[in-house]
Amino acid sequence: MNSAMVGIASAAILALGLGFLARRGRQMGLEQWAVAGRSFGAPLVFLLMAGEIYTTFTFLGASGFAYGRGGPAYYILAYGTVTYSLSYFLLPPIWRYAKRHGLFSQSDFFIHKYDSPMLGVIVSLVGIVALIPYLVLQFKGLGIIVEIAGYGAIPTTAAVWIGAAVATAYVMVSGVRGSAWTAVVKDVMILLVVVFLGVYLPVHYYGGIEPMFAAIEQAKPGFTALPERGESVWWFSSTVLLASLGVFMWPHGFLSIYTARSARVLRQNAVVLPIYQLILLFVFLVGFAAILQVPGLSGPNVDLALFKLSVNTFDPWFVGVIGAAGVLTALVPGSMILMAAATLLANNFYRAVDRSATDTRVVGVAKLMVPVVALVAVYFTLQGGLTIVALLLMGYSFVTQLFPAMILSLADNRWATREGAAAGIVAGVATVVAIGLTRASIGTLFPSLPVEIKEINVGIIALVVNVLVLIAVSLGTRLLTGNHRRPAQAADLT
Amino acid sequence: MRMVRWLAVLPCLAVLVGPFFLNRVTPFVFGMPFLLAWLVAWIVVTPAIMAVIFRFDPVNREDGQ
Repeated sequence: MNSAMVGIASAAILALGLGFLARRGRQMGLEQWAVAGRSFGAPLVFLLMAGEIYTTFTFLGASGFAYGRGGPAYYILAYGTVTYSLSYFLLPPIWRYAKRHGLFSQSDFFIHKYDSPMLGVIVSLVGIVALIPYLVLQFKGLGIIVEIAGYGAIPTTAAVWIGAAVATAYVMVSGVRGSAWTAVVKDVMILLVVVFLGVYLPVHYYGGIEPMFAAIEQAKPGFTALPERGESVWWFSSTVLLASLGVFMWPHGFLSIYTARSARVLRQNAVVLPIYQLILLFVFLVGFAAILQVPGLSGPNVDLALFKLSVNTFDPWFVGVIGAAGVLTALVPGSMILMAAATLLANNFYRAVDRSATDTRVVGVAKLMVPVVALVAVYFTLQGGLTIVALLLMGYSFVTQLFPAMILSLADNRWATREGAAAGIVAGVATVVAIGLTRASIGTLFPSLPVEIKEINVGIIALVVNVLVLIAVSLGTRLLTGNHRRPAQAADLT
Repeated sequence: MRMVRWLAVLPCLAVLVGPFFLNRVTPFVFGMPFLLAWLVAWIVVTPAIMAVIFRFDPVNREDGQ
């Protein structure tokens, strides 16, 4: 075992140890296990939200994307600005509603708002379908880190299995509180490592940040801005919009809203969370530094850029430190995702079947589901084939479909009906799947449109379909049922 | 002072609409390509804007929530 592997193994053991400690002295009811008794103040909510937003995707996916595509990678840096500005207004009403009704999951929210258990099942399904690629992405990252930082001592397949086992054990013992405390360690480590790499590598190889960008500009003119065609400004703007609406639509993102002690805590976080985006700048600098130093990576291999460059540059012990930080960035969000998926299955599927189930029983089922979900993700991870960014964008296209029904349920004037919400979500998800299977873009579907429109992210089409169906079906059901609750509005609509 | 909330529109416009006019590599700003520098600048400015909103939005005083 080399010194790099020692660092990585210590990180995994540390994470497990903190998980056990966090559990001590507390009875784990469902409320304690999943939303930590709604007791977190601003610092812990901050860490939890940052912990799940900054993942392996940030570490390997973002640097790989900057390496492989250049300017279009900036979307990852940009969407947080929109997300957190919106979060100030969107999260407090969600939190208040969840608190008043004692909700545990994202689908609970939709069930109560639309008074429709069926909608809850649909939302849970969307959540689970979207969570799988996200979990696959974390396991894939773990595999890459352990394989490269281990200098080939552990094959990827074994690395993926080990990572999945640690994440599973971790979630089963500690629930969400474990995630928050490991997130503290993880955030400090990742911050130090990424900032160091982002400053050191450009200086070491190019003599500074500006000389580095000048060298890239000379070798590949225009690479560090958006291209004229393809991933153009139109693609960029639509992708930023898609991602920013999706962030809190992830089931685990929704859950982290519930952990807050008060609505004020969430507004405070809207002020500080944007700063955390700066870490991405340093990640990009690493990716850009790799362009001229480890050229030739392509396809899914762009995700290796950060580690290839690190192995070429540093002693094994320091590669171990980087690897340890990387392992934590995969384990913390990985455990959050696992837990969200397990809670969904137990609370929204199991409870739908066995209505008399006690909370203790539901917690038991949730814990049982953790290894099941992990196994499914391991299966897809070993199938392979996609880059980390492609996996993430796929998940985003799914969860964003929940946004229209969510935002309309917050309005005082509730004209969206449960049938409309359900039909919209189903139509949107079906569009994402259809586009994914046929590999269509707007260009192939509507060849006569102007080229700018064709470059818009295909996820936006699904969202448009979703909204149109939602409106049409809501109007239809209102006309058919006569809308007894709000006659004035029904009159407006006709 | 609820009007102060409208300031939140600025970061959204800067990031969603700004790139249509600022998509260029040079001039470098703080060593960064121009578009990157623009987006980074908004990461720094946005918390300041949100802090102003937090400070003056009456909701943060009234209900203590």
